[in-house]
Amino acid sequence: MTTLLKMPALLKRDDLAGLGTGVDEGQARLELRRQIGRLEGELSQLFGEAFGHTEVPHRIEAISVAPRVLDLGELEAVRDRLADRIAEARQALVERRRLENGNRELVERMLAAPQDFKWVRVSRQDLGLKGCGHWHSRPRLGPIGMLMGWWRVKVSSGCPLFGRLAAVDHQVQTSFRT
Amino acid sequence: MADAAVQRMGWDPAPRQGWVAPHIASEFPGLGIAWVEVDAKPGRSPEPVRSRLRELSDRTYGAQAIHLRERPIPWAYRVFYRQIGLDPDRTRTPVEQMTLDRLHDGGFTTRGLPEDALNIAIVETGVALRAFDADRLAGQLCIRDSAPGESLPGAPGELASGTLTIADGERPIALLFGAGGEGCGVEQTTERLAVAAVQVKGVPQIAVEEALWMAASTLEAA
Repeated sequence: MTTLLKMPALLKRDDLAGLGTGVDEGQARLELRRQIGRLEGELSQLFGEAFGHTEVPHRIEAISVAPRVLDLGELEAVRDRLADRIAEARQALVERRRLENGNRELVERMLAAPQDFKWVRVSRQDLGLKGCGHWHSRPRLGPIGMLMGWWRVKVSSGCPLFGRLAAVDHQVQTSFRT
Repeated sequence: MADAAVQRMGWDPAPRQGWVAPHIASEFPGLGIAWVEVDAKPGRSPEPVRSRLRELSDRTYGAQAIHLRERPIPWAYRVFYRQIGLDPDRTRTPVEQMTLDRLHDGGFTTRGLPEDALNIAIVETGVALRAFDADRLAGQLCIRDSAPGESLPGAPGELASGTLTIADGERPIALLFGAGGEGCGVEQTTERLAVAAVQVKGVPQIAVEEALWMAASTLEAA
């Protein structure tokens, strides 16, 4: 009943104070700052989670060139842009996970039937795994295997060791001396 | 804060608490500034300080840099930057800038005193610190917005009204998390330093005291 009585007044935007809905802008700004803090935390987590797997949009242009107290509209703009970035980052992560799951299934199918995936190569990064290495469908015994249809998935042995690089350096230095 | 710090750390001289303009404090609860004055001259860092920087370099990795923004204190400064209209990915928070420099340069490079002392404290605690020439400050440090017609000493043009600044009793001496005014910073002739810490909501008081203590004790020992 109260609401119905106030309906005509609602149409006049300037009369909001008369409806007992006086807006405390200071409180609104504090609330927006709290929301910005929470969203910044979420975006930071997503950024950390995605780093090394996929790029997530996390940049938000500065509202001001110098530090100052932002007004309600500017705080809302920061809050909304953060929310947009979070949505985009989540979407990017979901798409990346879908791709990685697809690659994982592909590796399983490759291992089951290597001859159906000739020369296909999937890296650990494609599966969202750390380190070097890949699965590569190759023929046994080179050209003979190709002719005979003897295919297998070869798993590489990982990252090159530091010792190998040191040995190469040593070889280079020795060749300079000689 | 001063008495509490003296009791906790047996610290003399105790850090001094600056003030924040009331209307700014009501907008940003938890915002504060504290500083400590130290007799120290700028110059080359002694070996223990340089050794400490090297040790810090060995403890700082790329993975830490990525997840730095998820830690409470760096996160608190990032949030505050957003709230005052800055982009923390362009205008970096002090600890993020230090970490980025570490990755870029391959180590924390020595820049002499007092920068090295401040940098050690910033990396260890995450608290934002900066140094001023204590003999050129008039009265207490504070955080306030600029009045119409005010400008930073030596800087061309006036500050836009409402710009958040670090000020002494007479004038703004630096932008909050920004450029400093001419003649207020540390120069070759400086004999007494004021090391100031800006605290924002989410940064514990104990971290601020620790940062000031760490920077001051490094400077005093040098």
